[in-house]
Amino acid sequence: MSEALLRLVRHGQEQGCRPHQRYLLDRGQWAALAAAIGEDEGVALLGLWADPAQVHAALLAEETIFTASCAVPEGRYAALSPVRPGAVRFERMIRDLWGHVAEGGLDQRPWLDHGRWPLTGPLSARPAPHSMLPPQPVFLPVEGEGIHQIPVGPVHAGVIEPGHFRFHVQGEAVVRLEARLGYVHKGHIGLMLGKPAQVAARLAARLSGDSTVAHGWAFAQAVEAALGLEPPPRALALRALMAELERLHNHLNDWGAICNDAGFAWLHARAGALREAVLRAAATAFGHRLMMDRVVPGGVTDDLMPAGSAAIGAALDAVEAELPRLGAVYGSHASLADRLVGTGVIAPSLVRLFAAGGVVGRASGRGFDVRHRPGYPPYVPSEPGMLEAGDVDARTRLRMTEMEGAIRLARGLIEALPPGELTLPLPQRGGEGLGMVEGFRGDCLHWVALDEAGLVRAVFPRDPSWLLWPLLEAAIEGNILADFPLINKSINASYSGVDL
Amino acid sequence: MREGWRRLLWPRLARALVSPPLTDAPPVPPEELVQALVARLEAAAQARLGRSLAIRQVDAGSCNGCELEMSAMQNVVYDLERFGLRFVASPRHADVLLVTGPLTRNMREALLRTAECTPEPRWVVAAGDCAVDGGIFKGSYAVEGGIEAALPVDLLIPGCPPTPAQLLEGMLALLEAQGGR
Ligand code: SF4
Repeated sequence: MSEALLRLVRHGQEQGCRPHQRYLLDRGQWAALAAAIGEDEGVALLGLWADPAQVHAALLAEETIFTASCAVPEGRYAALSPVRPGAVRFERMIRDLWGHVAEGGLDQRPWLDHGRWPLTGPLSARPAPHSMLPPQPVFLPVEGEGIHQIPVGPVHAGVIEPGHFRFHVQGEAVVRLEARLGYVHKGHIGLMLGKPAQVAARLAARLSGDSTVAHGWAFAQAVEAALGLEPPPRALALRALMAELERLHNHLNDWGAICNDAGFAWLHARAGALREAVLRAAATAFGHRLMMDRVVPGGVTDDLMPAGSAAIGAALDAVEAELPRLGAVYGSHASLADRLVGTGVIAPSLVRLFAAGGVVGRASGRGFDVRHRPGYPPYVPSEPGMLEAGDVDARTRLRMTEMEGAIRLARGLIEALPPGELTLPLPQRGGEGLGMVEGFRGDCLHWVALDEAGLVRAVFPRDPSWLLWPLLEAAIEGNILADFPLINKSINASYSGVDL
Repeated sequence: MREGWRRLLWPRLARALVSPPLTDAPPVPPEELVQALVARLEAAAQARLGRSLAIRQVDAGSCNGCELEMSAMQNVVYDLERFGLRFVASPRHADVLLVTGPLTRNMREALLRTAECTPEPRWVVAAGDCAVDGGIFKGSYAVEGGIEAALPVDLLIPGCPPTPAQLLEGMLALLEAQGGR
């Protein structure tokens, strides 16, 4: 099946994107591609974005990752949402930022543009000034007896990011949830354009602060691919060490928070203490608790500080010693099982359709993990852990498994740190690259095109949350409203990451 | 099931009663900062009561890095509740608005509405480089460039993100300023 699709795409013009090729299709070929995707369940839409002249779709077919592009001379292109509903939010975002309209798209409502920017189509060739009053948002209608709406947000009750949730409920049960995001749109892409790669990297590292290492790395990978640069082995090992520490502290955070939302404060308190130990070790080793800006295109800024490996080792020991006990408490309490098992189930078919990665995908049987497939150095590919149940419990348990994996990897990396350079100078030339790194939420995908002076000509940072948010709406359906915080936390999609 | 419960949780809880706490010693806010805040209080002739503060956090466009460190303030190591500091769910219960992010245009109205719901006297704290002046996002069409663009700010806590210790120090400075030392 995918063979036919790949053949079709290869009729397009190669654009020289490395290491995954980008093909420029004409309108007919693009339409044929859309149709072919509709015929082939195995093709995953990883992302959809644009620049002033083209739209780009990153796809995964069998083992091949590639990007297909199509020119948009009249500002129109054939929508992919009819064949991949995950394209809906991308298409709405593209219209808001670049002004290109997805013909036949399932949803033409604005997404990031709340009518509050001084201009419309801020990234298009000709942004237009905007001075009208912001329109009232429109939500999808729900019909039925006794249905009422509950609006929540954008300011939530806890220390979390802002977004609006519109619940339609019937009694206790949620009939439909619709998220309205875009509140933290900062204009990330606009700020990255025209900047040297090193400057843009600081923005990439702030797409979603909790994934700063993963995004920093994916962006650096894209730049290095564009320039044909192989970072030194020591830099790669240090990046991986930071990435595993990031995975560990975030999983601890989420794991504890899920238990807390199920009313088990003690597990949360313990996980919080362990997480703090990891963050302090990161600060000792890399000079920053979240390890921001340590990954740069070409390598890493600093070596492990002298006390670093001992500090990390001690933190890993502490976490490793306690995880089995926490896991045993988790597994032996009916009160937890009652709240978590069978709650917020996401069907494997949905996870595949939306190409959801990370813990969410793997807890519903989609075994995609960029570290293993396609893989990138210094990781040694293996089979990622998977579960099938797709409920809150499965996502929580899988986090525990992945914490153990992160500890093992981090240990191995420290023990066998290769000697040598930390960074290579960036040659001043143009190029195009795509980087993919497995963050704690899933695959972080960055695409970048540099002009001859080495400045960012076009860019798109795709947080894994694009592929997760739609599933939250599916996961809550039919569950009781009181379980929303639990289900939400078990997915933990980033707001900043998708608001751009 | 019950066996497991006895076996695992009770002994650990009991041990926690006799072992020393994990909590760090409190940070000491710099004297100049406290005095500056006291002066600010007097200038505003704001009367405040007691040594406790209810904090309402508002994310006005952060990358969520600042939120991570604010949440960390609540862990057992920093344990901000021992100082009488706590995060509250409603701005109507809050003495402090702790605001992060460069103030996106899309969050401006929500922030102003939250501030309207927060009873006077109140403190407004801008936490993180973004909240201070827009930080790395300064100059974007989508941001106002710092919290001050919409609200008078009493205290700035720079950092990207500020560490929990720095955040805590700022909160304690507010406490001391209103506690009349
Ligand atoms: S100050 Fe730094 S950590 Fe805080 S929101 Fe801004 S970029 Fe993120």
